[in-house]
Amino acid sequence: MDATLKKNLEITATKVRMGVIEGVYNAKAGHPGGSLSIADTLTYLYMVRMHVDPANPGMEDRDRLVLSKGHTAPALYSVLAQRGFFPVEELKTLRKQGSRLQGHPSLGKCPGIDMSTGSLGQGVSTACGMALSGKISNESYKVYAILGDGEIEEGQVWESAMFAAHYQLDNLVYIVDNNNLQIDGPITQVMNPYPIDKKFEAFGWHVININGHDFDEIEKAFDEAEKISGQPTVIIQKTTKGKGVSYMENNVSWHGAAPNEEQYNIAMNELRAHLAELEK
Amino acid sequence: MDKKATRESYGEALIKLLDIRPDLVVLDADLAAATKTGIFKKAAPDRHFDCGIAEANMMGVAAGIATTGKLVFASSFAMFASGRAFEIVRNSIGYPNLNVKIGATHAGISVGEDGASHQCCEDIALMSVIPNMTVINPADHVEATAAVLAMADYKGPTYLRFGRLAVPVFNDPETYKFEVGKGVTIKDGKDITIIATGLMVAEAIEAGKALAEQGIDARVINIHTIKPIDREIIEKAARETGKIVTVEEHSVIGGLGSAVASVVTETCPVPVIKIGVKDVFGHSGPAVALLKEFGLSAENIVATVKGALGK
Repeated sequence: MDATLKKNLEITATKVRMGVIEGVYNAKAGHPGGSLSIADTLTYLYMVRMHVDPANPGMEDRDRLVLSKGHTAPALYSVLAQRGFFPVEELKTLRKQGSRLQGHPSLGKCPGIDMSTGSLGQGVSTACGMALSGKISNESYKVYAILGDGEIEEGQVWESAMFAAHYQLDNLVYIVDNNNLQIDGPITQVMNPYPIDKKFEAFGWHVININGHDFDEIEKAFDEAEKISGQPTVIIQKTTKGKGVSYMENNVSWHGAAPNEEQYNIAMNELRAHLAELEK
Repeated sequence: MDKKATRESYGEALIKLLDIRPDLVVLDADLAAATKTGIFKKAAPDRHFDCGIAEANMMGVAAGIATTGKLVFASSFAMFASGRAFEIVRNSIGYPNLNVKIGATHAGISVGEDGASHQCCEDIALMSVIPNMTVINPADHVEATAAVLAMADYKGPTYLRFGRLAVPVFNDPETYKFEVGKGVTIKDGKDITIIATGLMVAEAIEAGKALAEQGIDARVINIHTIKPIDREIIEKAARETGKIVTVEEHSVIGGLGSAVASVVTETCPVPVIKIGVKDVFGHSGPAVALLKEFGLSAENIVATVKGALGK
């Protein structure tokens, strides 16, 4: 990846993380941990990869993204705001009564949202439907679905995996955000879904393993997925839950909790310092 | 009178629909031979997608297709479409208000020999409680065909309920018009009203005739749309006849009877006596014999009406 682009993406991703903290802090609720782990990939997709138009969110040939791990909506909202779908200031309305930014993404309420999600395991099936529809009428668009590593404990995910491979949906990419933590603890202790790559391989998917915080690897993975024909691709990305905020990193208690004022200030100061470093 | 199962009407109507709606996509979950989407598959193999035995995923796939603007029907047995896949129908179809048509066959006790595991008498209740969902239960071949074609033009999630058993075709295809949300008065009457839905409408018509011979003037109404229900026709019947008997091949909890009762208690309280499956599971047996055993017959309607009138 071009060095300037990479730096710009790192800058935007840091702003996205600030938006996550801003939203969750103002809502006094939400899911910062998994939002911070997926922030880099979401930033890359909306800033570089995806064919979308903030002025025309319903554009028929747009690429679609289904946030199957819908609880990490703060990251998606923050990226959409950075991309210009709505003002960054609006992130402060997250989860508030009357807000477009529902606790989990809601189709039709907020521009840029391609599907209502929140009940884990469901978004992926809808992504399969979008991809199949694209195949039926020979559309150019791509469909991306983002899953949590705990989410893949849901049986419906594997129904969808079978379906996508059976119908050779090569216009579909799953991204598994493998941050290794779910609400009740490490995924290996709660209900071990490993080996994730071998499972998808066995279901007939093209599998790519990457570091989900490295933009070079992220770009290479999506380039590779683009070239795969006749089968769907899954990108399994190793990430750090809470990435970018020191006290949230790898700490399961930040799965679904909001920072208090002191914690908010620490988080924002860390992110601001990181931003200043990048913008030097 | 000719007899035909409404599931067959469904399969045939899908073929007709393809001429009008070239964007039609039909999904099934390994039951195409039974739901009769197999007929459609033969006619349009590139528009029929088998999702395998995975109803949850099928409903999600249908939702995804609907977001792209195509018309999609998803089919399975009522038990799996409304039961197994309930939460997907609720969260991925109902909540985002997507234009998915659920074609559910093999509803009710008349599934017959398969027994209770497949005799779904809860689907109307389950689907009615989902916001945005329209619930249709056609009574015969003519109505089922018209309902499929009409609902294709209606935007929004819809549950269409079809039966396995061949039932009398009493509507005239030349004159019948399907209007969503509108009940149909089949026979006027002033002594009492029988409100029936689905396969029970033919039984209600028969009961109406038998009662007339005994000097009881019963009004007979067909409610094909359980939700949104035709309040006007029900309130009028309550006012003019004073008593209502409802008949459905569904649990007496949460189905037609409950919907009718909830209308009249609000605006025109009259007794509503519910004929239906009385909070029990079914069991194996021939469909017609089972319907009789569970009181879903013209004879039992006649007896219930006479009881209600103290005759």
